[in-house]
Amino acid sequence: MDTPVLKKKLGLKERYAAMTRGLHWDTTYQPMDKVFPYDKYEGIKIHDWDKWEDPFRLTMDAYWKYQGEKEKKLYAVIDAFAQNNGQLGVTDARYINALKVFLTGVTPLEYNAHRLFAHVGRQFTGTGARVACQMQSIDELRHYQTETHALSHYNKYFNGMHSPKHMNDRVWYLSVPKSYFEDACTSGPFEFLTAVSFSFEYLLTNLLFVPFMSGAAHNGDMSTVTFGFSAQSDESRHMTLGIECLKFMLEQDPDNVPIVQGWIDKWFWRGYRLLSIVAMMQDYMLPKRVMSWREGWEMYIEQNGESLFRDLARYGIRKPKGWVQACEGKNHISHQTYAVFYSYGAAAAFHTWVPEEEEMAWLSEKYPETFEKYYLPRWNYWREQAKNGNRFYQKTLPMLCQTCQIPMIFTEPGDATKIAYRESDYQGDKYHFCSDHCKEIFDNEPEKYVQAWLPVHQIYQGNCFKPGVDPTKEGFDPLLAVFDYYNFKVGRDNLDFEGSEDQKNFAAWRGDSVQGAKK
Amino acid sequence: MSNVFIVFQDNDDSRPIIEAILADNAQAQATYPTGLVKIDAPGSLVVRRETIEELIGRPFDLQQIHVNLVTISGHIDEDDDQLSLKWNN
Repeated sequence: MDTPVLKKKLGLKERYAAMTRGLHWDTTYQPMDKVFPYDKYEGIKIHDWDKWEDPFRLTMDAYWKYQGEKEKKLYAVIDAFAQNNGQLGVTDARYINALKVFLTGVTPLEYNAHRLFAHVGRQFTGTGARVACQMQSIDELRHYQTETHALSHYNKYFNGMHSPKHMNDRVWYLSVPKSYFEDACTSGPFEFLTAVSFSFEYLLTNLLFVPFMSGAAHNGDMSTVTFGFSAQSDESRHMTLGIECLKFMLEQDPDNVPIVQGWIDKWFWRGYRLLSIVAMMQDYMLPKRVMSWREGWEMYIEQNGESLFRDLARYGIRKPKGWVQACEGKNHISHQTYAVFYSYGAAAAFHTWVPEEEEMAWLSEKYPETFEKYYLPRWNYWREQAKNGNRFYQKTLPMLCQTCQIPMIFTEPGDATKIAYRESDYQGDKYHFCSDHCKEIFDNEPEKYVQAWLPVHQIYQGNCFKPGVDPTKEGFDPLLAVFDYYNFKVGRDNLDFEGSEDQKNFAAWRGDSVQGAKK
Repeated sequence: MSNVFIVFQDNDDSRPIIEAILADNAQAQATYPTGLVKIDAPGSLVVRRETIEELIGRPFDLQQIHVNLVTISGHIDEDDDQLSLKWNN
């Protein structure tokens, strides 16, 4: 048979229409509402799914092509990094602890995001939304895998990276990111997209993947910066899904506006709280600093967010309720969060340390109004204590916020010397919160948040020991039993960086004295 | 007026794209955070296929930019010839 004459190729817009909208049909054996039962109960009214826009107009064939290119580039770097003992080239071994937080706190979220986008990629009635969610589902699985592959090299040399998934399901501080995603996945599909695609990806994710990955580059970690930017190259599409979904809901029906505003208020605050740990990594865990948390916040949230919300004002959307407080927090949350991890350093699977002299000077310069006034004196005190052999470790369990699950560490708006406590009564029980906004989120859906799996409560209820452990046995140490359940290797994964196996090994591998290994 | 921005990995693939953007958008400004190129422009910004093709001397599929794109802000519109970013305020 003769080869048929090739027709002129379709343009991008026609190709997108054919390969996306053209794949849709209205069901006839069953009513559409029964085939797509989940996208109506939240109260979002959609009149015309054809109005859904995907401005990148990426079709599945192009998607596979470009993703394949990204993978080839990435794996060439990961291989080169491993073959050349790249782990020895990072600034100092303290840096690896930021990767431990990333691997246990962020990487499992990618897997959850993969599951959730696969779910909503099935459930939307509109095919444009379904295809975008299906692509994102595959992206998220790719991120989970590439992060795991890249970081597994460090696991060969450093402690605390041996069971990220196991830890993510159990460890107290990891319940913060885990609960964010579980909260999103138990919402309806439109709220899920507002939570993950808009609030997290569009508004906040730049702060994780842009300055932090620049920081990885600055600290000589070729492997992390490469998987970071490779993942981030998908984020532009994810961010676009977030903003387009938001505009679509707002344009379809005015009744959608108050529902969407409520979700923006809720998920901005949930996401802001979740990023406290990124703030700490940015300001305290990168030995060579690139940009303070505050500078990143101003560049990516304040300036960019102002533009965005000025734009959304024409739909009747205002800035999230917690905006002012979150902007005030830019001067505080990294210091408050790292101080908690320092004091709970026995109960974390990564090392902490007192910042060095020049690092304190950097923090003073970057936080002129707050660091010396509120946070430096405490570091000086702790450093003095450590020098005298009294490295401070908290031995009691903290009270947690029922909504964000972070210990009660954040201070009152306008008063950084006073911890904020809020409470609500619900069906005869008292619930505690770190802020007005977390309290309001609970008050709007108490029946959901009373079910929260709070690690401290679970420990006290005896649910965080391995099967067969007998707490009544003589000499039983509950905390050691909890660490065993977490799969922490006590004395290797936890405690101060000073004196750790990581510190000694890194110095030996590099041929430095232990003293010299810390720059 | 609000700024839009677009950020690429700072590598050889990105160089002609950056050059094209700076040539086509008189008010665009590039900065270089470690590993990155960030281009800010007041109100709007356009990436034109033709300009990139003139610089590299061969055909270029605009969707190729996805490989090195890091982040963006503003509303997007893309077709075969150009990708534009803008705020409606």
